[in-house]
Amino acid sequence: MLKAVGKIVALASERGISFPEAVLILDAAESGVPAPEIRSRMAERLADMRRSVREACAGGVCCRIEGAMGPKLRGYHGAMAGDFLMSAAATAMEVASYNAAMGRIVAAPTAGSCGILPGMLFAWEYFHGGDRDTERLLTEALITAGAIGEVTAFRATLAGAYGGCQAECGAAAAMGAAALAYLQGGSPAICAHAAAMTFKSVLGLVCDPVGGLVECPCIKRNGILVANGTICADMALAGIESVIPLDEVIDSMGQIGRMMAPALRETSQGGLAVTPTAAALMKKLGETGKLGG
Amino acid sequence: MPVWEIIGPVMVGPSSSHTAGAAHIGRIVRMCWGGDVRRAELYMRGSFASTGAGHGTDKALIAGLLGMRPDDPDIRRALTLAREAGMEFSFYTEEVAGAHPNSVRVVVSEGERSMEVVGYSIGGGAVILHKLDGFQVDISCALPAVIIMNRDVSGVVSAVTSYLSAHNVNIATMKLHRDTRGGLATMVIELDSADERVDISTIKNLHPGIVRVIGIEGEN
Repeated sequence: MLKAVGKIVALASERGISFPEAVLILDAAESGVPAPEIRSRMAERLADMRRSVREACAGGVCCRIEGAMGPKLRGYHGAMAGDFLMSAAATAMEVASYNAAMGRIVAAPTAGSCGILPGMLFAWEYFHGGDRDTERLLTEALITAGAIGEVTAFRATLAGAYGGCQAECGAAAAMGAAALAYLQGGSPAICAHAAAMTFKSVLGLVCDPVGGLVECPCIKRNGILVANGTICADMALAGIESVIPLDEVIDSMGQIGRMMAPALRETSQGGLAVTPTAAALMKKLGETGKLGG
Repeated sequence: MPVWEIIGPVMVGPSSSHTAGAAHIGRIVRMCWGGDVRRAELYMRGSFASTGAGHGTDKALIAGLLGMRPDDPDIRRALTLAREAGMEFSFYTEEVAGAHPNSVRVVVSEGERSMEVVGYSIGGGAVILHKLDGFQVDISCALPAVIIMNRDVSGVVSAVTSYLSAHNVNIATMKLHRDTRGGLATMVIELDSADERVDISTIKNLHPGIVRVIGIEGEN
């Protein structure tokens, strides 16, 4: 278990190696699984993620309370936020919708936040991959993202029931920010700043899903948070640094999660889940969505 | 948790605890039963009862009873597939004081024979096999395991451990329970790795006190 991103950054700069190479050395030493084996397991995860995007974007996905949003975004032109974000957000929402509709996805780090990493990674491949070996680069980006998640699981939590949405979609966006910073040639320190700034943008974000379903606000949040992660990666690449180091930001996220009222931690007893509209939607759904239907 | 577990598991959505965990529990029940399930009654507890329908917990449990893993795309169609395969099943909800918030009691039967299992889903797709026919088991089923039910007489534990040691199989954990002195007892043994040298029917004949032996595959 990696315990501090600071340790990864220090090892990388000491040996003059990349962020994912340092992660492979540390994870191999901890787990006893050789680095090439870890790399091939992550390449398999990438292949599963790619398949989930292909299946999710093929259409025919039917959620219970949310309609199909990806196609709307893809059909919209002249976006102020630019083509990269439109594509990343559309993919993120399509994969998150596919999860809600019982499609096969890769939890990254959780099922509820499974759209964010594929959204960011495959938008990068499309817009910035060029003729490079993107399979290898994306696998390394996934290792970079996984390491941020690993440290977050150790120092804080990745479960909405313990930390709210900041620990699920927030963590996914921070993991994706570090991955994008790596893909764009950022140093290990820049990867860490990108993740730190992303986490800072989601601190306090609660988990209040309508009816306990992984749909509202989860699917849109998958789409929206790719933007936080992407802007933070760009800010870090531009030389902007997080005043509070990533490990301390992660500690704060964990502390805030523990201070959060249980009603706001995946119990659907507070926030959006208890609005009049949510109650009406659930009443309507209750008439059709019986167990064993 | 190493990186490949952070980016993972590969699973059918929407929830690692309510869908992937539920499929996993169903599959464990099938392993305990030792073959095709013809009739099952499922008693949903806690949030399995309150939010299970929205998370496909019912489909995932039945999929598991059919032998599907948590990443099988057919989980979505599990209720139909089960009916086509001739499985009879019914769902109930029950409130049990002190029950785990995400849990289910499953009663499987065929003719005179029946079996009762209680399982929990503890998050991230991980589960606990809590009780089997009233006996406390409490294993994650991540490691391969052997569950032995026997009459509470002397010599059973040593017969089983001698067998394992003679075959050079290492025991990871071992738990013993019994209902009353001289009554029925269970022995739950987790192994470090799956081993073809551990033969369930041979274990059954190691000692006349052994009534039933169940093999659990483990995850990998």
